[in-house]
Amino acid sequence: MDDRETIGELLARRGVSRRALLKYTSYLASLLALPPMASQAMADALAKTRRQSVIWLSFQECTGCTESLTRSFNPTIEDMIFDIISLDYQETLMAASGTAAEAARLTAMAANKGKYIVVVDGSVSTKDGGVYSTNAGKTNLEVLKETAQDALAVISVGTCAAFGGIPHARPNPTGAEPVSQIITDKPVINISGCPPIPEAMAGTIAYLVTFNKLPDLDHLNRPRAFFGDSIHDRCYRRPFYDRGLFAKGFDDEGARRGWCLYEVGCKGPVTHNACATLKWNGGVSFPIQSGHGCLGCSEPNFWDKGGFYTPLASSTATNSEVIAGAAAVGAAVGAASAWLTRRRRDKAREQTPS
Amino acid sequence: MTLLDFARGPALEIAFAVFALGVPWRLLSLLLLPWAKDRSVARANAPSALVGAASGFVRHLWPPKAYRRSALFPTINSYVFHIGLAIIVFGFAQHILFLHGLFGVTWPNLPAGLIAVVSVITLASLIAALVRRLTSPVLKLLSTFNDYFSWLVTFLPVVTGLVAVSHLWAPYETLLAVHILTVALFLIWFPFGKLMHSFLVFLTRSETGILYGRRGVEI
Repeated sequence: MDDRETIGELLARRGVSRRALLKYTSYLASLLALPPMASQAMADALAKTRRQSVIWLSFQECTGCTESLTRSFNPTIEDMIFDIISLDYQETLMAASGTAAEAARLTAMAANKGKYIVVVDGSVSTKDGGVYSTNAGKTNLEVLKETAQDALAVISVGTCAAFGGIPHARPNPTGAEPVSQIITDKPVINISGCPPIPEAMAGTIAYLVTFNKLPDLDHLNRPRAFFGDSIHDRCYRRPFYDRGLFAKGFDDEGARRGWCLYEVGCKGPVTHNACATLKWNGGVSFPIQSGHGCLGCSEPNFWDKGGFYTPLASSTATNSEVIAGAAAVGAAVGAASAWLTRRRRDKAREQTPS
Repeated sequence: MTLLDFARGPALEIAFAVFALGVPWRLLSLLLLPWAKDRSVARANAPSALVGAASGFVRHLWPPKAYRRSALFPTINSYVFHIGLAIIVFGFAQHILFLHGLFGVTWPNLPAGLIAVVSVITLASLIAALVRRLTSPVLKLLSTFNDYFSWLVTFLPVVTGLVAVSHLWAPYETLLAVHILTVALFLIWFPFGKLMHSFLVFLTRSETGILYGRRGVEI
């Protein structure tokens, strides 16, 4: 394939019409909550742009993020995303292996110095020099630093890369850290979720390629277009929450009637993601629709927030020994105070002449 | 650690510990004091201490006729916000979940809309109590920091809870965290300020009832 070929030329060669490209960009524009005219601008910009070189690094992860992107029920988007990017290195998907694979990464880095995007899924082991996760004889820590050095931007895909995720959960034996803790001199976009919604990954990459700038991000560096609303704000069970109608278990009358899952631990009110609007499997369903509360997987440290089935209203302070100890100390101080008062009275009586 | 993690975890833990330390401290330091023996001669047909305490408690639930004009508003207003607070604390589903987590008991919740209405009435009632305290010349002179701060730590959980449920002005996680922190503040202040009347009212009114039942002449 000619590296200087534009996306427009590539699509034309593959028989993809401008109409199909416009349909795709209008879908992306609506996903990203861009104005309607943006779809035309995106189509024009994409047609004239060369394919963006992307290096995808997989660290301490479960491949769920890659599965999410590639197993989407909306193949046109993912086919298209692979047409607008040049995925130069992705261990799960690439045919090359061993030294040939590593050579592909180094070649892409040299050929697109300062212009390529690094996508990371998985957290980075940092304890003991990062020896707990290595690939091709190098630690993930080394590969990330080496690869990100000349990158345009880094996209952390999935909660592990974005916030540390499950490897970062207590007691975090590998010293797992999110990418943003290690790469501090490059823009880092977090597309969190376990896994993230495919459209959020595809939409963000397409935005970067098209506009050559970062999308609007929230305080955790997540694209606002996908993480601006909480699950709760967009949940179809919200009216039941507002009326105080809750399922008390997974098989009770409330659960059968589709009432709010707050009492069985739903973290929707404090979780920002697009599950309730974009949904999964081509818009078929999402966890709450399937009868299970939101786990809050797109938020930092979701694994260590007091249990998936503990309601949000419950205290996570479970150290009853501290409270019992405090009560015992309080009782002792109270008794001592009363005893001192009695002693003072007795002394005063002794000193008072009868 | 996010603000909500801090509120649900360490902040509440500290608040529970201070509450658990302070309440027995205050109660035992009072109850273990030497009891002064009433050396007066009991009036004829004086009720037993238990009956005197109970009847004194019941009698003080409503102001006597002579004081009714001046005491009617504060009495009714106090009932409004006390009952309002009880409905909010024990009737709201999320609060029942909170208490269930602590004590392992549960009961049916009231509709959220009803709780919202009660919360607004309670807020209005609490504001009325403050306005009265600030405008009544006598009450103003008698009021100290303890009165105003006890009012504030009661008012804050109600207002922040109402804002959190309504999802106003800030993300829900921030609103919920602030609400829990105000509850923590309430619990920390509780044993050391006038909020302790929740326990002590039973002692003071019983003591007064016993005294009134024993002394004087039969009417």
